[in-house]
Amino acid sequence: MTNRLSPFLIAMMALGFVFLYAPIVSVVVYSFNASRLVTVWAGFSLRWYGALFENEAIGRAALVSLEVALIAATGALVLGTLVAYALARFRRFTGRTLFAAMATAPLVMPDVIAGLSLLLLFVALEQATGWPQGRGILTIAIAHITLGIAFVAVVVEARLSSFDRSLEEAALDLGATPAKVFFVITLPLIAPALAAGWLLALTLSLDDLVIASFTAGPASTTLPMVVYSSVRLGVSPQINALATLILIAVTVLVASASRLLRAKNT
Amino acid sequence: MSKRFAASGPAAVDGVSVEIERGEFFVLLGPSGCGKTTLLRMLAGLEAPDRGRIVIDGADMAGVPPYRRPVNIMFQSYALFPHMNVARNVSFGLRQERLGREEVAGRVAAMLELVKMTDFAERPPGSLSGGERQRVALARALVKEPKLLLLDEPLTALDRKLREETRFELKRIHRRVGITFVMVTHDQEEAMSMATRIAVMRDGRIEQMGAPEAVYERPANRFVAGFLGAVNLFEGKVADVGDGWLWVETDVGRLAVTHAPLALGTDVALAVRPEKVRLATIPTQSSLNSLPGILRTIAYRGEASSFEIELASGRLVRATLPNLGDGIGFAPGSQIWLAFEPDAARVLQS
Repeated sequence: MTNRLSPFLIAMMALGFVFLYAPIVSVVVYSFNASRLVTVWAGFSLRWYGALFENEAIGRAALVSLEVALIAATGALVLGTLVAYALARFRRFTGRTLFAAMATAPLVMPDVIAGLSLLLLFVALEQATGWPQGRGILTIAIAHITLGIAFVAVVVEARLSSFDRSLEEAALDLGATPAKVFFVITLPLIAPALAAGWLLALTLSLDDLVIASFTAGPASTTLPMVVYSSVRLGVSPQINALATLILIAVTVLVASASRLLRAKNT
Repeated sequence: MSKRFAASGPAAVDGVSVEIERGEFFVLLGPSGCGKTTLLRMLAGLEAPDRGRIVIDGADMAGVPPYRRPVNIMFQSYALFPHMNVARNVSFGLRQERLGREEVAGRVAAMLELVKMTDFAERPPGSLSGGERQRVALARALVKEPKLLLLDEPLTALDRKLREETRFELKRIHRRVGITFVMVTHDQEEAMSMATRIAVMRDGRIEQMGAPEAVYERPANRFVAGFLGAVNLFEGKVADVGDGWLWVETDVGRLAVTHAPLALGTDVALAVRPEKVRLATIPTQSSLNSLPGILRTIAYRGEASSFEIELASGRLVRATLPNLGDGIGFAPGSQIWLAFEPDAARVLQS
């Protein structure tokens, strides 16, 4: 047996990569285009990046996105960790299977359905209780929390399941109170998974268009929504520049999340 | 120190009652799932007994959480904290007591010295070998000077050679610190070589308790006889009493054993350890229990050899002879006579 790849395999792999990444590469390349036309190359330039930073609408949307993402990631972290704790530590309780399925359902739930149902919920809630008042950053963040919980729960549960319980018992046995054990032993050891879950939730929130569109109000346009609506009016190379920046940000976040998860802790 | 116990659950631990003296090296021995680890965890407070109580040094431990018990446990997995170095691991217990910085440092240093790990103080546990981790775990559990040290299969994770060295090391440390040790193991050799007293457990109950010699030489029943070392069992009925011997009719013939107060016709089993069986190439006239057979297998083990002899009835008997350097002198397939003294057989009724 040899490890050499046949020309056929190499060709297939190359085709696969071209299919996946050629569109992205072209977006990045044309973000440095001097021409106003997205399809005609007229030399290297950073003018669209300059224009992007002067574009107030995009700047505002970026801040909204960031605010939503920070709230959503943090909320999802807390709730997702509680879900993971219940799933990993309480191996048998009534309705566990249902609970596990419901907690992770958003992973496969179509965004349109999730967005629509949340919108209907918010509207009904407002009519019944007066809260939340209208749609805005808060409602988008709540919607993103429901999505992020699933991701955080999956990541953190994996970590907790492989966690040696006798570490906690040893600390308890050596005189640490249960609360102290949690903060001195458990938390530091699952911290990488918590950070990774938080980063994933952050990325998801920054990326989301569909759910945000359903649950957003007039004053809370997120960055993906700005991109989408401006593309419909005609593609500006500014959007290429913005896409490139988002791409970089998301790549950094996801890469650090997977790095944290891989980091050995023994 | 006394500990009374009568705990819980139909399965795990069932009506066990033990009293352990101060300074003892007490070993709970049994196959996996016999409840020995559950018993240990109840002593540590990690598990609560359904019934019964634990008394340590006169104090009832009911409702006392693990972090307030004068008991420390060393886990089978060692459970060293991966995010702390060796010295921080060992000092963890003392830091919970709010002792002065200097006292903590002094006691940690003394403890690392005791387990010969002084040079490793700054290392993370992940960089240590199995034997080194084991010693750090021991130091961490001992540094608080508990009244009771619990060891859960402390040697199982080590390879064979290291395991044997560590037995002596543990005994040395036990003598030095004078703390009561309670160890759980499924390894009968380990139990016998280390314990001052052994409790053999099965299905949550203690089958027999006593000094290693007593349990090995005078097993109370078939389970204990078979679990502690190898044994040949001859089933039979008491057939005759006379001449100071008890005669038992077995499937291999009539055998004589030391007199025991048993009625004629009682069902008994004779347990004979392989090392008490003698072998000869000619019939031994002097012995009461002499049986002819064919030597089937010889297993050379270095310090001794094990033999399997097939008797006329077809059953196999095991014998062990030390290697004295003069050759064995037996060949597989040859006619052989085996014999054992009446007092070498233990009469079992259950």
